[in-house]
Amino acid sequence: MTATQTTAAPTSAASAGSRLMQLLRRRETSILVAIVAMVVVTTAVRPTFVFSGDGWRSLLLNPAIYIVLAVGVAFVIISRSVDLSVGSTMGLTAFAIGSLYIAWPQMPTVVAFVAGTLFGGLLGLVNGGLVAVAKVPGMVITLGTMYIFRGINILWAGTTRINASQMGPDFLAFGNSQVVGIPALTILAVIVAIIAGWYLHNTRSGRELYAIGSAPEAAELYGLAVSRRALMSFVVSGAMAGLAGVMFAARYGTIASNAGTGYELQAIGAAVIGGVAITGGVGTVAGAAFGAFLLATINSALPVLGIDSLWQRAVVGALILAAIILDRVLAVRQKRRLIAERMEP
Amino acid sequence: MTATTVGYREYGRPRWQRILLTREMAIVGLLLLTLLVAGLAIPYFADRLTVYNLLRDMFATLIIALPMALVMITGDIDISVGSMVGLSCSVLGLLFSMGVPFELSMVLVLLMGAAGGLLNGALVAKIGLPALAVTIGTMALFRGIAVGLLGTSTVTGFPQGWTDLTKYEIGYTGIPFIIVVFLVLFAVFVYLLNFTPFGRGIYALGLNSEAAVFSGVNRDRTRIILFVLAGTMSALGGIYWTLLRGTARGDIGDGLELQVIAAVVLGGVSVFGGIGALYGVVAGVLLIGALSSALRLVGVTAEVIKIITGVLLIGSVVAASMITSFQNRRKKVTAAPSQTSVAEPAPSGE
Amino acid sequence: MVIGSGTPMLELRGVSKRFGAVVALRDGELTLHPGSIHAVVGENGAGKSTLVKIMAGLYARDTGEFKLEGQPVEFRSTAESKAAGIAVIYQEPTLFPDLSVTENIFMGRQPVARFGMIDRAAMRAEVIELMTRLGVTIDPDRPTQGLSIADQQIIEIAKAISLDAKVLIMDEPTAALSGVEVDRLFAVARSLRDEGRALMFISHRFDEVFSLCDTITVMRDGSYVSTVATDQTSVPEIVRMMVGRDVNELFPKLEAPIGDVVLQVRGLTFPGRFADISFDVRAGEIVALAGLVGAGRSEVARAVFGVDPYTAGEVTLKGAPLPAGSPAAAMQAGIGFVPEDRRQQGLVLESGVATNITDAIRGDLVRGGVITRKAENAAAQEWALALEVKAAALDVKAGTLSGGNQQKVVLAKWLATRPALLIIDEPTRGIDVGTKSEVHRRMSELAVEGLAILMISSELPEVLGMADRVLVMREGRITAELSRAEATPETVMFAATHAAEEVSA
Repeated sequence: MTATQTTAAPTSAASAGSRLMQLLRRRETSILVAIVAMVVVTTAVRPTFVFSGDGWRSLLLNPAIYIVLAVGVAFVIISRSVDLSVGSTMGLTAFAIGSLYIAWPQMPTVVAFVAGTLFGGLLGLVNGGLVAVAKVPGMVITLGTMYIFRGINILWAGTTRINASQMGPDFLAFGNSQVVGIPALTILAVIVAIIAGWYLHNTRSGRELYAIGSAPEAAELYGLAVSRRALMSFVVSGAMAGLAGVMFAARYGTIASNAGTGYELQAIGAAVIGGVAITGGVGTVAGAAFGAFLLATINSALPVLGIDSLWQRAVVGALILAAIILDRVLAVRQKRRLIAERMEP
Repeated sequence: MTATTVGYREYGRPRWQRILLTREMAIVGLLLLTLLVAGLAIPYFADRLTVYNLLRDMFATLIIALPMALVMITGDIDISVGSMVGLSCSVLGLLFSMGVPFELSMVLVLLMGAAGGLLNGALVAKIGLPALAVTIGTMALFRGIAVGLLGTSTVTGFPQGWTDLTKYEIGYTGIPFIIVVFLVLFAVFVYLLNFTPFGRGIYALGLNSEAAVFSGVNRDRTRIILFVLAGTMSALGGIYWTLLRGTARGDIGDGLELQVIAAVVLGGVSVFGGIGALYGVVAGVLLIGALSSALRLVGVTAEVIKIITGVLLIGSVVAASMITSFQNRRKKVTAAPSQTSVAEPAPSGE
Repeated sequence: MVIGSGTPMLELRGVSKRFGAVVALRDGELTLHPGSIHAVVGENGAGKSTLVKIMAGLYARDTGEFKLEGQPVEFRSTAESKAAGIAVIYQEPTLFPDLSVTENIFMGRQPVARFGMIDRAAMRAEVIELMTRLGVTIDPDRPTQGLSIADQQIIEIAKAISLDAKVLIMDEPTAALSGVEVDRLFAVARSLRDEGRALMFISHRFDEVFSLCDTITVMRDGSYVSTVATDQTSVPEIVRMMVGRDVNELFPKLEAPIGDVVLQVRGLTFPGRFADISFDVRAGEIVALAGLVGAGRSEVARAVFGVDPYTAGEVTLKGAPLPAGSPAAAMQAGIGFVPEDRRQQGLVLESGVATNITDAIRGDLVRGGVITRKAENAAAQEWALALEVKAAALDVKAGTLSGGNQQKVVLAKWLATRPALLIIDEPTRGIDVGTKSEVHRRMSELAVEGLAILMISSELPEVLGMADRVLVMREGRITAELSRAEATPETVMFAATHAAEEVSA
């Protein structure tokens, strides 16, 4: 061996410092900072935003549903696809659970949650199956199922809507309960996010999603089970949307046929803003969750700051554009820097 | 003047095959079949009023499907068209309510549509972002601004001369006058796509953008122009809806992008780009319209129609994909080298 | 000495492969022994790549035997050949840019602890050990995005070792490598050899072949020629076996009157690709850009044509300055460009022959603001006939034609623009011998008619046979300008492998 054999990794003392720098530079950190900034500014305008029982509860509860949706959709985006049907899946599941309660008023809360998640997963299986078998881009398939599921929802509901009085009281109680001051639904969302994050970070199939999103042709060449992973990602996305639907039902009790409309935008926006690149291969569940928290907080903060909440969608759109432009500019700059570094003698 | 004695056959297949054995013809056939069956089976379908309503309802989809087809043939996509329709409606109402002369308002709205398209095009072509991501963002942005500007209020009282324009009929045929507008636009787009070098470049970009650039096609300029056209036609669609309904609201056009994309794909345009023809797209729009009309007459609600549109979209994409893979399997026997290998590095020799 | 010792690791005998009318491999033969680095040399079209792809499981062979460690094998996929212990390192590795070095090496087979959880520490430790064994320094945690090709190759090799590959095939690995990187790669290769693995090394660079390899197999025109021990042969002998025929067998070059300067390039530079490129091409002249793969020749051509940008220098065509970065402007000025990658860059495979032929002259075919299929077909007729393209009809998809006919279509496309300068990158790559001479004949005729031709070629006989002047490039610079008389295999090869200062000395 003629080449020098320095160790490949830097020594631990130097690495601690550089790891801290790396941590600070990450997208997730910026989002956290943005959240804090948002809360601080809004609280300055109206202190009850945070410093009141209701305010504190809303601050923590509002993001719960968004977090679950964003986490699910992140699975699909990381593998370089997109699921536009999550809002419709959520609404349909909410209505299904509500209808289930009407038929079976004594249904235990746990059963409702499990049933909803499974139902959503089933809808996700439809998406994933079509994408995997027909080799058609997820965007087109889920554009179709978005409207199909919504249409089924409206058909089923007709002109009726499900009222809180028709839902199981324990169920609703859970949806609005708190544990040591933190809403139960939020705790649920955080647990789900942690599990999902663990899965994406530590399992083979999770890592393969990143590989598929990073270089699909290379993934095929490596012999990775691309179709199977794609299917899995859509099932997860659907299941999360189903869970979000149950959470929605538990929190609000009143379910109309348009529940969940527009939520797909929030979910995808949250993920993209949180650092899950739309081109795949990059991003974390934590980022998607933080992005969801940020968006939900912005929603609540807008009226306080004097901006009509009708503008909320425009804000989300602008943020999405800003996030993807920023990602792209940074990526191009990084690439150029790396090549220039290499060119130095 | 000598006829080419030794020359190539121009076409590999006889003319009738070339024209009839296409996806577009299949959709035209399906359309005719639907019209026939509905006309015979459903009372009032073949009525003048039905045709009138159908065409009036489909006008916006028709005119937006034209540039959308071009965008998708290039390999891009634009899902912000529905939101631009809503934004145009909203801004038109706003300008009018502020006292701006109506004709000027319309022009300004068209310019705004072009500007929105320019935003999409610039982000996609110049910054290099994926069209889907950009248009998801602008879909939210445009719709958000539309709703934010008008809020929950609506604007009415538009000049009668203009709103009546959407009502006029051609004689007693049941065909609304505005179809003339569509036909003119159709002619323009057909000319653009099929009879100009620009149009040839669109197909080339969709099939092999690298080779297209190597042949002198200006990729950036072409894509931007197409997005601008999509935005402008969406604005025109928004103006139309405002005049049709007589009111301006911010939530018009919701779900329009589904209808347009479904029609375009149904009409034979490939989601992967490079393939498609405008007459197929028009047939696709009319097919969706005819189905909607027929179902409505039978008493089916609007939601079912949305479901059916979704099913048609998925169905046509899946069918196209299956047909392609079937064709590829047959061709594999004579496949030349690089087609089958996945990671083909710079060839060092054969 | 390694030849003939012990059971061969891998044996190929009588292997052939054809694709429709194209015979990619006529008679392939190869014997790889463990503990050996075996070079396979041959011109473009000799069949080396096809041989590699058959070994890798990408293609199924039509005839012949394939044995691994004495047992006959039949691979139907790359996964199967990988599992059997065959690893291929390509010129351009395909890694996952967003994932770390460690993840790239272990993707799909990460070491797993309880709960199915990936054991990151163990994975990382193994990567560090691999790197140490290979004697390289690459941060295992960094994303592979932005790594040099050399480092990427090392990662591929690390992957192969961790898969315990018995056979490592390296296809032109040094093309994009600097001198230091090549040394590192060779050190790695030697250590792998000493571990008892069998290595195969495809290269055009004789100095590398002679310094690294113990055995050389020569191929020509899709067939096996012979195998010799390195220490028993010499470069001229190898070259003779590779080329086989006399240079004179090519269509004799016609005397063409040399006219005015058509293309003038001064100081063209793009950091990292080429630097300070200056040359002229006159009407009637065929100027060849020679050099090894990776020297930067295609990059220069693409920059002149406007597909790629350049940071300094200027290009003048027929006396008028040519704006950079615009193929349309170049076409307008009178440049035609037949690219290196015919299938990806030169043609639209899904389009018909007529469409492809008229792809560059659309503007001229417009009558009254309208272009019609009829006008296109008429133009296509004329040019397809002129070049004798063999196609069943004008709307046949270009992808179905043979390599030679495809090249004719590309040529037709550009000749239809009636250019003043034609740039051709690898005019006869992947073309059968018969069509090759047709193309050469056509090029000579065009020169006589006054066309200025800039030809890029990696085939020495083609360069020597066709060119009036030879510009040799190496690592982005022009190292020599040789007249037709001065150009010989030795002078060209020397200039291609040495710096400019050494050449002019």
